[in-house]
Amino acid sequence: MNENTQASREQRDEPAVLPPVDVVEDAGGITLYADLPGVPRERLQVHVDGDVLVIDGEIALEMPKQLEATHVEVSLPRYRRVFSLSKELDPERLSAEMKNGVLTLRIQKAEHAKPRRIAVEAG
Amino acid sequence: MELSLFPRDLFAELDRLQRDLQQSFAFSPSIRGLARGRFPALNVASTPQSAEIYAFAPGLESKSIEVQLERGVLSIWGERKPALPEDGEATVHVNERFAGRFHRVVSLSDDLDPDAVKATYRDGMLHISISRKQAAQPRRVEIN
Repeated sequence: MNENTQASREQRDEPAVLPPVDVVEDAGGITLYADLPGVPRERLQVHVDGDVLVIDGEIALEMPKQLEATHVEVSLPRYRRVFSLSKELDPERLSAEMKNGVLTLRIQKAEHAKPRRIAVEAG
Repeated sequence: MELSLFPRDLFAELDRLQRDLQQSFAFSPSIRGLARGRFPALNVASTPQSAEIYAFAPGLESKSIEVQLERGVLSIWGERKPALPEDGEATVHVNERFAGRFHRVVSLSDDLDPDAVKATYRDGMLHISISRKQAAQPRRVEIN
């Protein structure tokens, strides 16, 4: 095993918060919204490996010194969620936007998978 | 033991571990979906000089968030608009994100200065920092 795969395995096994998502499908493709509060753009990773989509984000907070927690609802510094993509989606045509801690991911359908309206002619 | 986002004492860590374990065993999604915490999730911490509140509130506009401190009780409220389409053209496959009005209240210590509240909203995180009153801050006493 080389170092590279070892590092990625460690990252995969690291405990993480499962972020809530919305997934909406229309004729052109799928839109995914994920809540990732506290993740700046540069700490977000979205990648597709085969038919697996991985969303990975690290929380970066400004914390003053001598901080002592009294009440904690989010206790892990990382979000991670994995989805399997279906065949009709084209991972090459994926766009991602991050705004106010919400990731909007758009994955287009492959041309051949888009629905076509068939005109019914009067006979 | 893995690193926490927030530093805490050992008993709190054990408590969290136990809760995480319970959660991982209770993972059978019910008909109403995954049990989610309240919106926004809150982490509260303190330093000798201040109280620090971190609200995990993604997808808001900073103008639409209301924050109020009254007699040591902090209120955060506002509304999050739904992202889902209303027409029938699209199919919603997963709908887990919070939408609607929210209101959370935290009781803090009473030595906080209501005139020294600083709130910033960045990357979906609302960070509220409240200084303690001057008289309540620890002071080093010189011994002559």
